[in-house]
Amino acid sequence: MSERTRFHLLIGVLALVVLLLFGLSLLTGPAATGFFDAFAGLFSDDRGPLALIMQEIRLPRAILAAAIGATLGLSGAALQGYLRNPLAEPGLLGISASASLGAVLALYTGFAAAFPLGLPLAALAGAVVAVLIVQALAGLSGNVLTIILAGVAVSSFAGAMTSLALNLSPNPFAALEIVFWMLGSLNDRSMTHVWLSLPVMIVGWAMLAALARPLDVLTLGEQAAQSMGVDMGRVRFLAVFGTAASVGAATAVAGAIGFVGLIVPHVLRPLVGARPSRLLPASALGGAALLLAADIAVRIVAPARDLKIGVVTALIGAPFFLWLVFRYRRTLV
Amino acid sequence: MWRASRSLLLGALVWLGGALAVPAAEPPARVVSMNVCTDQLAMLVARPGQLHSVSWLAADPAMSVLANEAEGLRLNRGLAEEIFLMKPDLVIAGTFSTRATVTLLQRLGFRVEQFAPVASLADIRANIVRMGDLLGNPSRAGALVARFDADLAALRASPPSDQMLALYFANSYTSGGGTLADAVVEASGLKNLGREMGYEGTVKLPLEMLVNAEPELVAGGGRDFGRPARAQEAFRHPAYRAVAGAGRGIVMDSTYWLCGTPLTLEAARRLAAHADLAAADE
Repeated sequence: MSERTRFHLLIGVLALVVLLLFGLSLLTGPAATGFFDAFAGLFSDDRGPLALIMQEIRLPRAILAAAIGATLGLSGAALQGYLRNPLAEPGLLGISASASLGAVLALYTGFAAAFPLGLPLAALAGAVVAVLIVQALAGLSGNVLTIILAGVAVSSFAGAMTSLALNLSPNPFAALEIVFWMLGSLNDRSMTHVWLSLPVMIVGWAMLAALARPLDVLTLGEQAAQSMGVDMGRVRFLAVFGTAASVGAATAVAGAIGFVGLIVPHVLRPLVGARPSRLLPASALGGAALLLAADIAVRIVAPARDLKIGVVTALIGAPFFLWLVFRYRRTLV
Repeated sequence: MWRASRSLLLGALVWLGGALAVPAAEPPARVVSMNVCTDQLAMLVARPGQLHSVSWLAADPAMSVLANEAEGLRLNRGLAEEIFLMKPDLVIAGTFSTRATVTLLQRLGFRVEQFAPVASLADIRANIVRMGDLLGNPSRAGALVARFDADLAALRASPPSDQMLALYFANSYTSGGGTLADAVVEASGLKNLGREMGYEGTVKLPLEMLVNAEPELVAGGGRDFGRPARAQEAFRHPAYRAVAGAGRGIVMDSTYWLCGTPLTLEAARRLAAHADLAAADE
């Protein structure tokens, strides 16, 4: 079997898994629904309870899980290729936390209520600042230690500022909502959130997809890439704003969800022959599958407790991260 | 040296506090309440000038029904130090007030009386009587109890509407059996969805379950604090608006539900009025 057929097979299998998990996500929830009734409710227009549950509660949740998972997987793969750093990931680099800060500022000051698109755009702005800071501190050298330190600094600062903004809100409930912004949840999201975030995410995906070829060349090193006609200014623009747009929009509606962008590209890299252009679509599908599965898990494990989805991704992701650090520790010192 | 002087200071404080306490037979002249629920009960029962200070929440219209009445009183933040300086004869606290503060005040020799949160209408009645005894104003407490009984009898006299009401608070919480909110719904003549679903206490009710139960009335929404919070976001969810729309939604003023006082019956009266309106529409 040629490498190309194997890649197509992998993409086909991943797409099938995403589709199955999407269907399973639609069937998961505290209200008991039969298999056929549930899918009938999805297309019914009678506005009865079943139709409401399927169309207004479960469908947006499943769409967001798939889209946000794809965002995190894709941006993780793109960042690892662009920064040539195995530990690059929106959560670890503080990009998600900074996007949370932007979203919190827009939401809790009332800016987002006056101008709905302000929510994803403010999150995008927060994410851009984080990417630029991390890039300035760590550069494209591929040094693992500096990038982790930069990420730690950016995420703890953004987390503290988010907490401050929530504490200063006149709404007494707001102060307790730091958990959502740090761990993320898809509970009770609606179609409004889908319409608000999905278009911005798609713009981000398109920009990251355009990185496929340049990233392949960039594996040879920055100088080699430039000599082969890769416009580094354009690559930088696409990487920074593609990541910021997709991760910003995702975080604005679901909070910061960690580790997906780290695990997925690492698991899939050996299967695609370490070529960034192939890793990008595979990671997008893998991320969607992982987040759909995690979101199904939080609803099965603790149905009525609004368990945060970041808890599940951290349970898988943190040991994985430690294992990666262990593997790369020679380059750390 | 430092240790010795500190224990001396503590001893002096204990002595000072002990000297301030008056014999229990005489009604306390200087009373401080440090819980928003005991604040309101004390304001209703106390003689003029007897209540020296209430908690700052008592003056917050989002938390207290008697916010206007609290304006003439000193407001405290429930800190042992500020209450010590007020030299009260009696401190009234909730059992949920900060334990450390209550223990410290007792060690300093203050008389602290604690009230547990209310879970039924009978508890309200008992608390009014107890507050009357503590403040030495049983006649005022007796009048409040008589009025409370009459109001409750009037509510119970009107035929129950038997409509199903879902309580839906911020963060998707609802109240099942054994809660004050359930007792209020029962007094209004409606049926509480939380109890019918077998819930006990205050628990999460997923939006899906609310939609699936098809309640005839939904009491939720809560107060507008001028700024949004995720806790209240479910009230704007299309599925919630479909269930609570078209005359079925009741915007609750949670201040009446928060504490068990004679004023709590106002919540039951409002529910009953809404139920009558909804029944008339059909």
